[in-house]
Amino acid sequence: MSAKPAVERRAFVARLMRAIPDALVVTGLGSPAYDVFAAGDRDANFYLWGAMGGAAPMGLGLALAQPRKPVVVITGDGEMLMGMGSLATVGAQRPGNLTIVVLDNGHYGETGMQPSHTSLGTSLVAVARGCGIEDAFAVDRLEGADAVAQRVNARGGTAFAVVTIAAEEPPRALPARDGVYLKNRFRAKLGLPPF
Amino acid sequence: MGSEVAQWQEDLYRVLKDGGIGQVAYVPDAGHAHLIRRVQADPEIRDIVLTTEEEGVAVAAGAWLGGQRAVLLMQSSGVGNCVNMFSLLSSCRFPFLALVTMRGEYAEFNPWQEAMGRGSQDAMELMGIAVHRVSEPEAVAEVAGAALDAAFLAGDRVAVLLSQSMLGRKKWERR
Repeated sequence: MSAKPAVERRAFVARLMRAIPDALVVTGLGSPAYDVFAAGDRDANFYLWGAMGGAAPMGLGLALAQPRKPVVVITGDGEMLMGMGSLATVGAQRPGNLTIVVLDNGHYGETGMQPSHTSLGTSLVAVARGCGIEDAFAVDRLEGADAVAQRVNARGGTAFAVVTIAAEEPPRALPARDGVYLKNRFRAKLGLPPF
Repeated sequence: MGSEVAQWQEDLYRVLKDGGIGQVAYVPDAGHAHLIRRVQADPEIRDIVLTTEEEGVAVAAGAWLGGQRAVLLMQSSGVGNCVNMFSLLSSCRFPFLALVTMRGEYAEFNPWQEAMGRGSQDAMELMGIAVHRVSEPEAVAEVAGAALDAAFLAGDRVAVLLSQSMLGRKKWERR
């Protein structure tokens, strides 16, 4: 494969997170969670440590419940591939306040950098468009974070960005793994009580 | 079709409505058809059609994060599709309510429904979900209401299995 331009993942996520201070963020498991945590922990971040394939539909349920808040899903290509059907589910709802960002290194980074389907022929941008998410686009420059942030903050339609990142493994930055804690602090941030 | 709707199917809508459900995620089933139509016609409830049932587990968790109550509708064959996603519920203790129409247990024509139909209750219980079974139409509202309360007042994970016998025999021959 010819070398495609690739963005440094930590720098991209840090730039995006700085520009979307009001966003509610759900991350897919693995490196995207570490990237978001490394950019600065926030109560309005919900880090998945499992439930692979669940990040996008979780973001959908959250976006529908909180229509006045921007909701961002930040996940990886492997996690998005496992929940690819959920793009059709998102495409059927198209909440204006949902943005899905896929950090695509074309590999399963957590398990030994085996090539994923996005290295082997799948275009997630094409999949998303095919599912009715018209504002689906590829990003291959660090500055592309600004265009993603603009869409997040505008809440003007469901957006889907696939960011070509280098297949690097930056130092691990591990967020809390206690799901009950993550859930309750997230809800408290929204003024919601425990049950 | 309207004349064929059983009262328990309308009862389920009332339970969800009175219980403040804001999102109904589903993979369709004939047994849920009336409830889905009612939800689609209700501007206060968002209906979310899924490609696979496990998406609905995550949708329900996301809804709760955002302060809304959600329910997942599916048939028994969908339970198996959810198994790993159920870990999201126990890891974070998300409230969860599923209404499951059963196949493979009563006057079933299609033997391919048997395996997952027979495994549904065990699969859910193995993953930490409390299961209530209903076989009497008159009991549907009471049991579903109790399950809804357990989910959203006690934060429990609950499924109501609706027996195939309540749906009657499916007519397989078309003329």
